[in-house]
Amino acid sequence: MDRASESVIEIQSLTRRFGAKEVLNGIDLSVPKGGVFGLIGGNGAGKTTLIKHLIGMLKPQHGSVRIFGKDPVDDPVGVLGRVGYLSEDRDLPNWMRVGELMSYTSAFYPRWDNHYAEELRNSFDLDRNAKVKTLSRGQRARAGLLVALAHRPDLLILDEPSSGLDPVVRRDILGAIIRTIADEGRTVLFSSHLLDEVERVADRIAILHGGRIQLAASMEEMKESHRRVTLRFDKAQTQPPVVSGMLSCEGEGQEWTMILGQTDNNLAQMVAASGATVIENESLSLDEIFLTRVLR
Amino acid sequence: MRIHISTTDGVPIYMQIVNQIKYQVTSGKLPPGAELPPIRALAETLVVNPNTVARAYRELQQGGFLENRRTAGTFVSDQGSPLALREKRKILSERIDQLLAEAHQMNFSHEEIQQLLKDRYDLFQSSQPAR
Repeated sequence: MDRASESVIEIQSLTRRFGAKEVLNGIDLSVPKGGVFGLIGGNGAGKTTLIKHLIGMLKPQHGSVRIFGKDPVDDPVGVLGRVGYLSEDRDLPNWMRVGELMSYTSAFYPRWDNHYAEELRNSFDLDRNAKVKTLSRGQRARAGLLVALAHRPDLLILDEPSSGLDPVVRRDILGAIIRTIADEGRTVLFSSHLLDEVERVADRIAILHGGRIQLAASMEEMKESHRRVTLRFDKAQTQPPVVSGMLSCEGEGQEWTMILGQTDNNLAQMVAASGATVIENESLSLDEIFLTRVLR
Repeated sequence: MRIHISTTDGVPIYMQIVNQIKYQVTSGKLPPGAELPPIRALAETLVVNPNTVARAYRELQQGGFLENRRTAGTFVSDQGSPLALREKRKILSERIDQLLAEAHQMNFSHEEIQQLLKDRYDLFQSSQPAR
């Protein structure tokens, strides 16, 4: 099978400027079908701008975006009918009641599942008659999630779904992500700066920084390829040791700690040649990997 | 079954699940035949990706700690911990080696040893209290 038919999202050399500011700079990204894709990056990294291109809210100035092989700007019906989307600011019509929001949204989606929508409304404890305007932050996020999920989208896109929410609502959101992909073949893309959540639920990750994808890999590859290694030398060293694929190194005298960013490196040869001892060799948390990649 | 997931110490999540289930099986907290929660249910409880739980279960099945009974679910293997089983085999093998060495000294043939073993086994069985 060719790559295009297997990937749900295919972005090629996407560039976006706002005035003089280049927010996205030559993004290439492919999101395979099935599983959870985590888009991570700091504030202002361009995550929301990238996501707006996926749902056709922004048109590429340069490059291309394809969702299910289609252009979301040219074919919004073909794309958005299969996409569930929750924006960062959860912009819902304030004047509607929850029940009205549900029937209003259902009109846009032929595959809307009333039974499932009711089930979600009950589990989220949302009152049909409550005005959207009066909902708490957490209830508002749940209402947004309900309308994003109830048509059982092939692709669920969540922009910073957990930001500003308490742990109980965050758990609901992560639970919804897990249940969505437990249904065979569905795909979730979510952006977050809460890296412990991403580490828990994502299969694949892309680090967006400075308008570029710094690294995109499966969680497994990411964890396996990054290691913290501490070496102890017989004699004090005036210069830090040099190992291929080294992302950072600190220490002094006999003890040096480095972070390696690739499995294929010359650590073993270097250790053998210098007579150093490896006193620590462990994997990193996603948080540490991110910081190492971004602060470099 | 209680499993605690930490995302701060760098240990991959599937490995945390593998290690904790292994420990619970070898320590007897999860006895042979105990049923494990379905992948999807455990994923929701732990708030982790279902593929991560699936990978942990797969690894535990390969290691002989768990077994998959078709359509029924995932269970702790009946033979108990494979480590314990390997250890027991090792002890018995050493005894058998000693016996074989002695039998060889006394010029017993392979068939004679097997016949003798069978006779003694039958006698041993008949002397055991009925269960």
